[in-house]
Amino acid sequence: MYNFEFEKPATIADAVAALGAEDAQALGGGQTLLPTMKQRLAMPTKLVSLSGIGEMQGVCSNNDGSLSIGGATTHATVAAEAAAQYPALADLASHIGDPAVRNRGTIGGSLANNDPAACYPAAALGSGATIVTNAREIAADDYFQGLFTTALEEGEIITGVRFPVPEAANYQKFLQPASRFALVGVFVAKFADGVRVAVTGASEDGVFRWSEAEQALSASFSPEAVNGLQVDPANMMGDIHGTKEYRAHLIGVLTKRAVAAAS
Amino acid sequence: MPKDSGIGASPKRREDLRFLTGTGNYTDDINLSGQAYVHFLRSDVAHGKINGIDTAAAAAMPGVIRIFTGADFEGVGSIPCGWQVTDRHGQPMQEPAHPVLAQGKVRYVGDAIAAVVAESREQARDAAEAIELDIEELPAVIDMKEAVKEGAPKVHDDLTSNLCYDWGFVEENKPAVEEAFANAAHVTTLELVNNRLVANPMEPRVAVGDFNRATGESTLYTTSQNPHVIRLLMGAFVLGIPEHKLRVIAPDVGGGFGTKIFHYAEEAFCTFAAKALNRAVKWTSTRSEAFMTDAHGRDHVTKIELALDAENNFTAIRTDTYANMGAYLSTFAPSVPTWLHGTLMAGNYKTPLIYVNVKAVFTNTVPVDAYRGAGRPEATFQLERVIDKAARELGVDPIALRRQNFITEFPYATPVAVEYDTGDYHATMDKLIDVADFAGFKARRAESEKNGKLRGLGVNCYIEACGIAPSNLVGQLGARAGLYESATVRVNATGGLVVMTGSHSHGQGHETSFPQVIADMIGIDESMVEIVHGDTANTPMGMGTYGSRSLAVGGSAMVRATEKIIAKAKKIAAHILEASDADIELKDGQFSVAGTDKSLAWGDVTLAAYVPHNYPLEDMEPGLEETAFYDPANFTYPSGAYACEVEVDPETGKITIERFAAADDFGNIVNPMIVDGQVHGGIGQGIGQALLEGCVYDENGQLLSASYMDYAMPRADDLPFYQVDHSCQTPCTHNPLGVKGCGEAGAIGSPPAVVNAVVDALQSAGKDVTHIDMPLTPNRVWSAMNS
Ligand SMILES: Cc1cc2nc3c(=O)[nH]c(=O)nc-3n(C[C@H](O)[C@H](O)[C@H](O)COP(=O)(O)OP(=O)(O)OC[C@H]3O[C@@H](n4cnc5c(N)ncnc54)[C@H](O)[C@@H]3O)c2cc1C
Repeated sequence: MYNFEFEKPATIADAVAALGAEDAQALGGGQTLLPTMKQRLAMPTKLVSLSGIGEMQGVCSNNDGSLSIGGATTHATVAAEAAAQYPALADLASHIGDPAVRNRGTIGGSLANNDPAACYPAAALGSGATIVTNAREIAADDYFQGLFTTALEEGEIITGVRFPVPEAANYQKFLQPASRFALVGVFVAKFADGVRVAVTGASEDGVFRWSEAEQALSASFSPEAVNGLQVDPANMMGDIHGTKEYRAHLIGVLTKRAVAAAS
Repeated sequence: MPKDSGIGASPKRREDLRFLTGTGNYTDDINLSGQAYVHFLRSDVAHGKINGIDTAAAAAMPGVIRIFTGADFEGVGSIPCGWQVTDRHGQPMQEPAHPVLAQGKVRYVGDAIAAVVAESREQARDAAEAIELDIEELPAVIDMKEAVKEGAPKVHDDLTSNLCYDWGFVEENKPAVEEAFANAAHVTTLELVNNRLVANPMEPRVAVGDFNRATGESTLYTTSQNPHVIRLLMGAFVLGIPEHKLRVIAPDVGGGFGTKIFHYAEEAFCTFAAKALNRAVKWTSTRSEAFMTDAHGRDHVTKIELALDAENNFTAIRTDTYANMGAYLSTFAPSVPTWLHGTLMAGNYKTPLIYVNVKAVFTNTVPVDAYRGAGRPEATFQLERVIDKAARELGVDPIALRRQNFITEFPYATPVAVEYDTGDYHATMDKLIDVADFAGFKARRAESEKNGKLRGLGVNCYIEACGIAPSNLVGQLGARAGLYESATVRVNATGGLVVMTGSHSHGQGHETSFPQVIADMIGIDESMVEIVHGDTANTPMGMGTYGSRSLAVGGSAMVRATEKIIAKAKKIAAHILEASDADIELKDGQFSVAGTDKSLAWGDVTLAAYVPHNYPLEDMEPGLEETAFYDPANFTYPSGAYACEVEVDPETGKITIERFAAADDFGNIVNPMIVDGQVHGGIGQGIGQALLEGCVYDENGQLLSASYMDYAMPRADDLPFYQVDHSCQTPCTHNPLGVKGCGEAGAIGSPPAVVNAVVDALQSAGKDVTHIDMPLTPNRVWSAMNS
């Protein structure tokens, strides 16, 4: 690790100001950033910790029935506090990493990082969530822009995420055996006006919506509705844990399982 | 009735108090005053010519003490290889030089190019980044079969090719084996890969070199399974330090699994640099470095053929194996695919004719050497897989086929040069059928099928040769070391004992089990016995711990030394009791004169040995301290039968291990709990190899599985609860304890059971799958089912 400055502001405004310094970087739970720094692959001059900002913490229900989660809320807190209102989301959070990761890692950090094998991007895209930053609100459909790439500007902070709560939802995560991130993960959410299906871990372009399945499931929310549908393996990732064809195949299997578990 | 002390009891492991409470003393806990730190700059290409190394800017960086390169090691010895294999044509293997720091070329990703010694670890690393390298990348050879083709790039320019040796065993058997195949009623052929593994002990390697200018003595603290071997190899062959001026200390060591047997360049570097700089020099491997510098294991590609007659008797076995050596020869690398592998190809079966061919190949990868089981898992895997395949081809029960061919009479001389002293393979198979509850399998399969899962049952046997090894025999086979073990038993005046042993404990529990043996012999409490190991300055020259040898060989040395102690103590007692020593009996720590009520306590005699007022000084020296060196007459041959039950998810190919049972014959058992633990750990590693662990290089020699993000270690929830039984006991006939060794059995016996079970599950669903290479990832299983 190279040397760096450290700040822990108490307000979003102070954090934004601190991040104005050159090569300053936000620190969520550090579960991705710190290992990268230890390997000397990242070298921020200053880390601005978001964990001391009260307004970025916790889970609460809004009047319209949606759920707001502070950007610095840990996976463990989401697992515990979202369980009643949005069990599929809480369940997803409870299966990220191990207890140490869940007690540190944050929803904002996960979404900002947008690892192609991460879980939260599937929930955000599958729920049609809104990413709230210090500057604006971004629809999930506009937010994810490819591997480790998002709509966030330099120094922009995810202060919260607003999730519409579906009638039924489920996340199926097929583990990559070494990292235990998602080799493929599928988030299915059924809303009054249709079904959303978001797939993580699989595509060369990061998390994506499987629109054929969405149409079929919006017409009939049953596992059989997915029969015969197949994602094109060409755009899938292939590596030592799974070929393109295998990932494409798993998407179908996991989508059916998610529908079965949700209905 | 379970005993509560002595041989056969299971006292809790006394070393665990310090291991579990963070009070152990590992090599990284050792910090010497004035210590400097070294960071190795390592190659990021698999093969390259070093045109230049510019250290000027780096040397001027803060905290830098000195930067070493290969040029600083001219005149220093090569890291030696401890075993010379002779090829089919009577020629010695090709043996390349292995410099401490690369000279001229780099040969694998991780090969050390330069070493920066600085005041702090971070400063050393900062400076390493400022070294300017001019390295011309050369085409790399990764695939073994490509590496031995005409015109392949050569890993070592001064060798004739990348072939280290072409070994035939037993070469004289070859024509008879060919004939048996020509006359066979049935031949089963199987091509398979024994996957390359990274040992991953919990504690990465560490070395601290120190030099005392006043005495001229060098000291190396290192994470080793065998400090005396390191002292000899490094002192005599690399650095030219006589053993009386070199001390090697391996304190608490956090797991070895074989990869800490070998002498590594970092050890020589730290010892060398400490003297050059007159400062202690420390290196602590990061986990990333461990992946690319610890010797890897396995990595064989094999074709095995089994010939049977019309009655399904095995008539011959023929194998053809490529074994990866990596870029340099690690300490025992050449012995693993040969003498630890070919000699085991008979397994538990009376196959009269066997021919094993092994081509050892240099590639641009990390050196490959012994890993838990070393050669024997590779032998067991191919043999037990091909037997299973034969049974399916012939439509016979795989257990019946095995039983029909079991060796039943002992001693049994195999056609591959070893003689099994004892064993009872029917007994372990009977026991397995019982503990694994084969009777309930059908119902369990039906239950799985109801849940949409396929269930399979896999069985296999294993035999291993351990208690390594008779020195005169291994000398003939090319070992450049003796393989005896040593112990000094020192009795203190007040009766307590200290046993200084050449065996090394790095998780095995010697500090608990060894005292059980000695306390039993004397009839005193185990707490009166202390085990000292790991420091060449206070233990007799010993060969260390590997090959399941500690109790069988080291324990035997301890027994011999204790016998000498008892004989002398009886003489002292006889003198005091005014009796003849032949009449003295030792029981429960009391010396008594047979047929009388005269007796003396153990402590009275030990005191008399050191306060020799009433003592036969004219006949005997005072004191009570004895040393024994024990060289075994033969290997020991633990054996057993293993069963695995899996469920396969037909939609995803994911396997779960539902049940795993082991019936082992380890001969006599000193501490059943420790034996259970050894078997559990071994099976865990075997299941890891079968399902999860795969070390993968891409075609350019980049290590793809270079961290835990991509190298899957088995975790608790990947493993089932095991049914482990070791009540079948045919004691070893040639060591005083009748013990055989249990450290590697689990890792040897379990991979074929897992693969046999998966094949069974898939075939139960009508899939024509006869083999899948390890690790059986969900993707591989799914592909096999759908091809
Ligand atoms: C062992 C292990 C297992 C894991 N398993 C999983 C898994 O199964 N599934 C999964 O999804 N993830 C997994 N993770 C990743 C984990 O969820 C991380 O916590 C997450 O990816 C990053 O969150 P963080 O809060 O730790 O962010 P950090 O590591 O602190 O930061 C990550 C990046 O996001 C930026 N950032 C952080 N917070 C914000 C914010 N509020 N606004 C804008 N930018 C921000 C940082 O500047 C940095 O660039 C695992 C991690 C580990 C170490």
